[in-house]
Amino acid sequence: MKLHRINALVQRHLFLYRRSLPRLMEIFYWPFLDLVVWGFITVYLMKFQGQLPGVVTFFLGALILWDVLFRAQQGITISFLEEIWARNLMNLFASPLKPSEFLAATMVLSIFKVAAVSVVMATCALVFYDYNVFMIGLSLVPFVLNLVITGWVIGVLTTSIIMRYGQEAEVLAWGMVFLFQPISCVFYPIEVLPKWLQAIAWGNPAAHIFEGMRMVLNTSVFPTEHLVWAVGLNLLYFALMVGWFHHTFNVCKERGLLVRVGE
Amino acid sequence: MPAPILEVKSLKKRFGDSIAVDDISFDIQPGEILGLLGPNGAGKTTTIQMLLGLVTPTAGSIHMFGLDLATHREQILQQVNFSSTYISMPYSLTLEENLWVVAKLYGMTDIARRIDEVLKKVEMEDSRTKVTRRLSSGQMTRLALAKAILTEPKILFLDEPTASLDPDIAHKIRALLKEVRKSSGLSVLYTSHNMKEMEEMSDRIIFLQKGKIVAQGTAQEITQRFGQRDLEEVFLKLARES
Ligand SMILES: Nc1ncnc2c1ncn2[C@@H]1O[C@H](COP(=O)(O)OP(=O)(O)OP(=O)(O)O)[C@@H](O)[C@H]1O
Ligand SMILES: [Mg+2]
Repeated sequence: MKLHRINALVQRHLFLYRRSLPRLMEIFYWPFLDLVVWGFITVYLMKFQGQLPGVVTFFLGALILWDVLFRAQQGITISFLEEIWARNLMNLFASPLKPSEFLAATMVLSIFKVAAVSVVMATCALVFYDYNVFMIGLSLVPFVLNLVITGWVIGVLTTSIIMRYGQEAEVLAWGMVFLFQPISCVFYPIEVLPKWLQAIAWGNPAAHIFEGMRMVLNTSVFPTEHLVWAVGLNLLYFALMVGWFHHTFNVCKERGLLVRVGE
Repeated sequence: MPAPILEVKSLKKRFGDSIAVDDISFDIQPGEILGLLGPNGAGKTTTIQMLLGLVTPTAGSIHMFGLDLATHREQILQQVNFSSTYISMPYSLTLEENLWVVAKLYGMTDIARRIDEVLKKVEMEDSRTKVTRRLSSGQMTRLALAKAILTEPKILFLDEPTASLDPDIAHKIRALLKEVRKSSGLSVLYTSHNMKEMEEMSDRIIFLQKGKIVAQGTAQEITQRFGQRDLEEVFLKLARES
């Protein structure tokens, strides 16, 4: 891997964002709106605090953490889509750029996105609802890191599908994570799922993170076991997805699809 | 004769049941301009895409600078570049931003000076900070050419590089390519449907039809062999016979 090539790609997207209002809105405005809506819901729910302990801290915290995963995924998939929209893939892959460097650049961009969105949301939560996400404590750091990696896994998966099946698969860039949301147990504990779905959910690193988060908030016990599972599953899936991306890339070169990704 | 800078042997590409490129072999000498001619669907673009590593050949081999493209992709692509009517450059970036990204991708230094130089060469130095979206299609073509020579390649692949240029600019671009070739010994493989241009530019021409080489030589050799007055007549004869 060559840093200058990764740097070139990262810069290319920063140039783009600097000049594009809709793209900036994606980072600043939508997350803000999301938070406002859920903020009001929690304000309303607070009236029933007695019956539902900790519900307030759950919702806003869970929402912010879910957005970490969502934006991490988007950082990868949207960056790839941008190249399709700009008919720029051929310029990139006829240069010495390697697929792994391309992925690395999208991951850097994804970290930028996550950082920006998190700051926006955490600040708004504090200012408007007096909610401090850091009350989750130090365990927030490994939670966030793992959610970013889960986001990457879904992002690389989505990107591979779009590369292989073309732009008509583009809606997956926004929809794919929501396929995983029910089994990520973001807003409810895993035990509310039917038994068979629980079994599937335990294979999802995000479910371990959100279970872990609830454990910290409810019992103040550090969820070591959940974290170990999350890390293990993440590493496994990440390796599989990067491998699959490379495989798909080769299939596309075989079938001449790389130069024709489009509608 | 020096060793060829590009050597293609028995190159073949099959897409499903159809054959796009059917067992072609050719080479390019350093400093040579080779024209790839042929009717729509003859396999010109597919050939160039294989040479750029964007499409994997079904069979055959590609060597550049004595290296095998299948195993030395990075080293080879570092020294080649291309321009094509089939691509674009990110619209929201300015010309200089777009060129900067390309220069970085190829690991260049002294980028600002080099961008100045190439923009001057394609007569777009005034558009440096213009957003790419604002370019006319002819200006876009010139930007694509600027991008192609920016990285000081040793081999240039040009797929219909003058397709949307007005005659004046097309003429200037041809002059520019010849000049770059003269000053840096650049080799060029290029396609065009403009026969006059082919005759004027190419040291040698390969005529491709249905993925096969059906004629090759200088423009003069080819016209003589087919007993025609010019390349256009040869083209019509070959295309209509099939
Ligand atoms: N990705 C692909 N999948 C299937 N068939 C393809 C693909 N790419 C090219 N072909 C087919 O290969 C053949 C050669 O196409 P190619 O684009 O190389 O022709 P060309 O000589 O560049 O034509 P033109 O002058 O129209 O640009 C055509 O029959 C085309 O339909
Ligand atoms: Mg073509």
